[in-house]
Amino acid sequence: MINIIWLALLVIGVIMAVVTSITTGSFDPLVQVTDALFNQSKTAVDLAIGLIGLMALWLGLMKLAEESGLIDLIAKAVRPIMVRLFPEIPADHPAMGAMIMNIAANMLGLGNAATPLGLKAMQELQKLNEKAETATNAMVTFLAINTSSVTIIPATVIGIRVSAGSGNPAEIIGTAIFATTCSTIVAVTAAKLFSKLPRFQLKPEDV
Amino acid sequence: MFESVINGISALAIPIVIVVIPVYAYFKKVKVYEVFVEGAKEGFQIGVKIIPFLVAILAAIGVFRASGAMDLLVKILGPVTDAIGMPAELITMAIMRPLSGSGALGVMTELVNTHGADSMIGRMASTMMGSTETTFYVLAVYFGSVSIKNERHAVPAALLADLTGIIAAVFICNMVF
Repeated sequence: MINIIWLALLVIGVIMAVVTSITTGSFDPLVQVTDALFNQSKTAVDLAIGLIGLMALWLGLMKLAEESGLIDLIAKAVRPIMVRLFPEIPADHPAMGAMIMNIAANMLGLGNAATPLGLKAMQELQKLNEKAETATNAMVTFLAINTSSVTIIPATVIGIRVSAGSGNPAEIIGTAIFATTCSTIVAVTAAKLFSKLPRFQLKPEDV
Repeated sequence: MFESVINGISALAIPIVIVVIPVYAYFKKVKVYEVFVEGAKEGFQIGVKIIPFLVAILAAIGVFRASGAMDLLVKILGPVTDAIGMPAELITMAIMRPLSGSGALGVMTELVNTHGADSMIGRMASTMMGSTETTFYVLAVYFGSVSIKNERHAVPAALLADLTGIIAAVFICNMVF
C-alpha cells in the first residue's frame, strides 16, 4: 500500500507538471518539480540531524525509567484495568505481564522497547489459543489498544516541532492525550462489540 | 476551563517528567548520569536511521506539491473535510498515518515546515502524529510473529480507532488553539 501511494505521488506529480507545462507553454512547473526534489532531500537530512539531540535526551530519560523500575511500577498500577479488559486471560499468566509492559512502554513513547515486549505478549497469548491460525478475542483487543497508541509523551513529534522552530513545542501533549484517549476507548469498545458479530464469530468447525 | 486544563497538562508534562524520572532513579540507586548517557547514545542512531525514509517521502510530497497536484486534491476533497473543521492539507496525513510511521512522520514534518509548527495545520498534524499508530505495520508484525492468518475483527476495530483519533485531534485542536 505504501508502495503504491509513494509511486502515485511521484508519477501523478510529474504528469501534472508535464500537462501544465504544455498547456501554459512554459517549463516552469517542471523546473519547480526538480527544485522541490533537490530541496526536500536536503531538508530531510537537516531535520534528521536536528532531531538527534532531542531523541538522545529522551532515550536517556527512558533508560533511567527502565533501570529504576519505574516502568514496572506503572505496570502494577494498570493491572486492575487489565484484568477487566482481558477476562479470558488468568491474572497471573505471563501474557498479562508482557501486555502491561508493552502498554506502559507505549505510554512513555518508548517505541523501540515496546515492540519486543508486544511480540513477547503475542507469543504468550498464542499459548492460550486453541486455533493456531485464528486470532483470539484477547489478541484483537490487545492489538486494538496497541494500534490506538496510548502515548503520554510523543517525544519524536516534539523533537520535530523544536527543529521547525515552534514557540511551544510541547503544547500538543494535552491535545494528543485527549485524541489518544478517544481512540483507545473506541478501539476497546469496537474490539469487544465486533467479536460478537456473526461475521467474526469463532466457528465450531474451525476448532 | 477545559481548555486551560489541556494547556496545563501540555505545559507541565515535560518539566515533571524531567524531574521525576531521574530523582526516582537516584533513590533507587541507579547511576543516573551514566545510565542516561548510555540511553542517549541510541538517539544518534535513530536520527541517522530515519534519513532515508524522510528523503523518500519528502521528495515525493515535494513533487506532488510543486506540480500543483496537491492543490487539485485539496480542492476536490475540501468540502468533505471542511464539514468536520479539518484543513484539507491534512488529508495526506490522515491517509498515510495507518500505513507507514516514517511516511506519516515525513508528511507531518513537511506540513510543519510549510505552514509553521504553531499554525493550526501544524498543531493538528502534530496531534494526529502523537495520538495514532501505524496500524497496518503493527498488525503485520504482531500477527505475523505468531503466524495468525485469520485476524478476525482486528482491522475494522483498529481502523475505526484511527478514524476516531483523527477526528478527535481535529476537534480538540479547533477547540483549544
